[in-house]
Amino acid sequence: MKGTLATRPPLLEMRNIVKSFPGVRALDGVSLELYPGEIHALAGENGAGKSTLIKVLAGVYTEYEGDVCIAGVAQRFGSVRKSEEAGIAVVFQELSLVPELTVGENIFLGREPAHFGVVRWDELYAKASHLLRELGLDLDPRTRAGKLGTGKQQLVEIAKALSHNARILVLDEPTAALTDAEAEVLFTILGKLCHQGIGIIYVSHRLQEVFRLSRRVTVLRDGRTVGTELTSQMNEQQVITKMVGREVSQVFPATRRTPGEVVLAARHITAEDPIVRGKLAVNDVSFTAHRGEVVGIAGLMGSGRTELLMSLFGSFPGKVAGEIAIDGRRVAIKSPADAIAHGIGFVTEDRKRSGLVLDQTILANITLASLARVSGRFVTNESREIAASRPLFEDLRIKATSLFAVTGTLSGGNQQKVVLAKWLMNQARVLFLDEPTRGIDVGAKQEIYGMIDKLAQSGLAVVMVSSELTEVLGLCDRILVLYQGRITGEFARDRATPDAVMACATGQLAHA
Amino acid sequence: MSGNMNGALATSALPVEPAQTGKRRWRFPAGAARAYTMVGALALLWIIFAIVTNGIFLEARNFSNLIRQAAVTGIISVGMVMVIITGQIDLSVGSLVGLTGMAAALVQSYWHWGLVPSLLAAVLVGLMVGGLQGWLTSYVRIPSFIVTLGGLLVWRGVTKGISHGGTYPVEVQSFRDLGQAYLGRATGTGLLVIAVAAVIWSVIHRNSMRKRHGLEQWSLAGILFRIIVPSALAIGFVLALNSYAGVPVPVLIFVAVALAGAFVTENTLFGRYLYAIGGNPEAARFSGINLRAQVLTAFCVLGVLTAIAAIIYTARVGSAGPDAGALLELDAIAACVIGGASLAGGRGTVLGACLGALFMVSLDNGMSLKNVPDFVQDIIKGGILVTAVGLDVMGKRRE
Repeated sequence: MKGTLATRPPLLEMRNIVKSFPGVRALDGVSLELYPGEIHALAGENGAGKSTLIKVLAGVYTEYEGDVCIAGVAQRFGSVRKSEEAGIAVVFQELSLVPELTVGENIFLGREPAHFGVVRWDELYAKASHLLRELGLDLDPRTRAGKLGTGKQQLVEIAKALSHNARILVLDEPTAALTDAEAEVLFTILGKLCHQGIGIIYVSHRLQEVFRLSRRVTVLRDGRTVGTELTSQMNEQQVITKMVGREVSQVFPATRRTPGEVVLAARHITAEDPIVRGKLAVNDVSFTAHRGEVVGIAGLMGSGRTELLMSLFGSFPGKVAGEIAIDGRRVAIKSPADAIAHGIGFVTEDRKRSGLVLDQTILANITLASLARVSGRFVTNESREIAASRPLFEDLRIKATSLFAVTGTLSGGNQQKVVLAKWLMNQARVLFLDEPTRGIDVGAKQEIYGMIDKLAQSGLAVVMVSSELTEVLGLCDRILVLYQGRITGEFARDRATPDAVMACATGQLAHA
Repeated sequence: MSGNMNGALATSALPVEPAQTGKRRWRFPAGAARAYTMVGALALLWIIFAIVTNGIFLEARNFSNLIRQAAVTGIISVGMVMVIITGQIDLSVGSLVGLTGMAAALVQSYWHWGLVPSLLAAVLVGLMVGGLQGWLTSYVRIPSFIVTLGGLLVWRGVTKGISHGGTYPVEVQSFRDLGQAYLGRATGTGLLVIAVAAVIWSVIHRNSMRKRHGLEQWSLAGILFRIIVPSALAIGFVLALNSYAGVPVPVLIFVAVALAGAFVTENTLFGRYLYAIGGNPEAARFSGINLRAQVLTAFCVLGVLTAIAAIIYTARVGSAGPDAGALLELDAIAACVIGGASLAGGRGTVLGACLGALFMVSLDNGMSLKNVPDFVQDIIKGGILVTAVGLDVMGKRRE
C-alpha cells in the first residue's frame, strides 16, 4: 500500500493554515500535501488540532487564514457542499447515518436521483448496490442503516463519501469503533481506493495502523506541524516523541501528597457496550484510589476511560459486572443516586449536557445534588442554601455577579467550577473528573489544577480522566493506562514518562 | 446527522466564551419583569373590552363572573404548568374534567353520597387517572403526548358510558355552594387584610434574609414597589368583587390553589427538581434525582387539581353532562404558554399560568359579551396564542 511517490502534482495542498477561536489558536501555521494514491497519516495528541484541520478542509469552518489548493488551484470553501463539490469527502468520527433510513437512502441523502422531485427508487438502489459492490461490500442497499453494526455503518459512510466522486477521502479515527475483523475489511478497501488514485488523509491514534497503512505521516502538536516524514523512515518511538515532545511545564502545583488508606476499590469491572453486543467497553479493570491521591486514567479516545467512570457511577447504559468497595465495604451502585449516597461525585466530560442546568442560577446548580441535606427535607430553605454555598462560591473564586447569576452566562472555566462546587457541596469523598479542563483557557486550567491538588490535600480521592498527557503526568500520583477497555499500564508518578504512557495507550506495550 | 455535526461544532467551539461583565444594571425585580408584562397585557385587554362594550365588561357583575369562570381554567393551569416544566404535556384534562365531575354527580344520584364522600370520589378518580398516565409516561416511557391523547378519547368515552349519555343534577346543596356561593363582604375584607399583611411581612423578611447573607439590600423604593404593587392589585380585586356580591367561593379556592402551587414550585425540593428535570434531564440524573418518581408525581398533582376544577365546574353549572370540560385542555395549555412556560421544559411559573388563564378567559368573556360569532372567537384565540409565543421566541433570540 505504500505506493511509489507520484510525480504528479499534489491533489491537495494546505499552506500555513491558521484558525483562531477567541482566546485560543487552534491551528497555528499547519501545512500538508496529499498526492494521488497516497495514504497520509495525521497524528497528534487530542487537542493538537487534527479535528480543526479536518473541519477547515470539510468546509465546516469558513473563517481561517492560509491557502487550500486542490489540484493546484486555490479554493475557499464557503460551505460543506462546496467542499464536496471540490472532491473532498470527510468521514467524521461520529457516525452520521440516519438509522431509520435504508443504506441506499443514506448514501444518496440530499442527492437522490429524481425526476421532477419524484425519487427514482430503482435507479437509487441500482447505483447504491453498484457502489457497494465496488467496495467489495456484500450488503443489501435496502437494509435499514440502524440494523447494521458500527463497522458496517462505517463502511456505508465511506460508500456515501465516495458516491460524490471524491478524489480526496478524509477519515477521522475510522477504526475507533471497529472490531479487528471489521478493521481488516476497511484496510483492504482503502488499499483498493489508493490504486484508483484517490488520496486519503488518515487520522488515527493507533500507531500500528499508521505504520501499516500510510506512506507518509504528518505530526501535529499544539496546532503546529512538527514535521512530515516518510513512514518507512520512522519508528513508532520517534512518532510518539514528536507527538508529545514537550516538557511538563510549571503550571502544575509542585506539592507532594501522601496518599492515605484506600477509599475506592474497583474489582474486575467489565462493561458491555449497550449497542454492539459482545463488545466490551471496559474489560476486567481493577484499581484502587486512596485518600489524598490523584489517580490519572490515560488512554486514547474510545479506550473505555469514560465508560469506566460511568460504570462505577451507575450511569453506564450497558451491562456492568464487577465489585465496588468504598472504605472496604462492598456497595451496590445501580444508579447515580446510589453512587452519590456513597460519597462519589462525578464531574462529567460535557458539563453542558450532563453537568449543569444552564437556565438556572448558580445556587440552584450547586445545591442540586444535595438539596435534601443542605436545604430542607421537603421545603427548601434559601437562607441555608446560601449559607452553605457561599464558602464554595468564594473558595473556588467563581467569577459571577452573585450566587443568583444564571449559569448559562458564565465562562467555561467558571461553569466547570460550579460543577465542582456541586460535588464538594455533596461532601463527596471520591471525585471523578472526566476531562476537567476541556474547552477551558490556559489561565483557568491552571486554577483548576490548583483546586484538584487542594482537594486531594484535603483528603479526597480523585480519579481523573484526561486526554492531555502533560496534565496526567503533571498532576497525578499514579497513572493507569487504558487501551481497548483494558489496563495496559500502571505507573507511579516518578516512573511515568510520556513515551512509556503513550506506548501503553497505543497498544505498543503492556506495562504492569 | 445534523445533531452529530452540531454536537461536534459545539464542542470545538467551546473556547468561545463571553467575557464577564462586572457592571450590573438596575432591572425590574428579577423574574417579576415577565409577570408585570403579563399584567400589563391583561390590563390592556380589559381596557379594550371595556371600551368596545361601553363599560359592561368591567361592571361589577361581569367582572365577578369572569373571575369565577377563570377559577376552573386557572386551577387546571396550575397543575398543567408543573407537567409542562418537566417537559411533558397532558391533553386529557378536558375529558378528565368530564369524568371526575360525572363521578361526583353520579355518586350523589345513585347512592346519595354526601358532600365529603362525593368530593373524595372525584379527587380519587383524578388521582388515579393522573397516576396511570404519569406511570405510562415515566415508567413505560410512552410519550406523554400519546398517552394523554389516548386519555382524551378514553376518559371522554368512559364518561359517556357511565352516564349513558345523560346529564345528572348535583343533589347536595353544599356541593353546589362550592361553585355558586359568595363569601360575605366582611370575610372578604378580613382575608384581604391578612393578604396585605402577609405581603408586607414576606418582603421585609426576605430583605432581612438578604442582609443576613450579605446580599445587596433592596432600596426603600424597591421595598415599597414590592409591597405596594401586589397589595394594590389585591385591594382593587377584592373591592371590585365586594361591590357586586362578595368574593365567589371558587375564586377563593383558585387563589388558595395558586398560592400553594407557587409555593410548591418555588420552595420545595419537588419544585426544584421539576425545573432541573425539564431544564436538563441528564444533569438531573447525574445529580441523583429520581426523574421518574418526580414526573409521576407531577401528573398526579395535575390529576387532583383537574378533579378540583371539575368539582367547581359541576357545582357552578349544577349538573354533570357527558360533554363537560371539552377543549379545556387547550385553554390550560395556552394559559401556561402565554404565561411564559416552554413546551421544551425547564421554564414556566404558576403565576404566569394563572395570569395566562385569566387572559384566555377574559378573551372568551369579552368576545361573548360583544356577541362575536363563535368561529371568529376561535380564530382570534388561536391567533393570539401563536402571536404570544412568537413574540416570546423573538425576545429570547435577541437575548
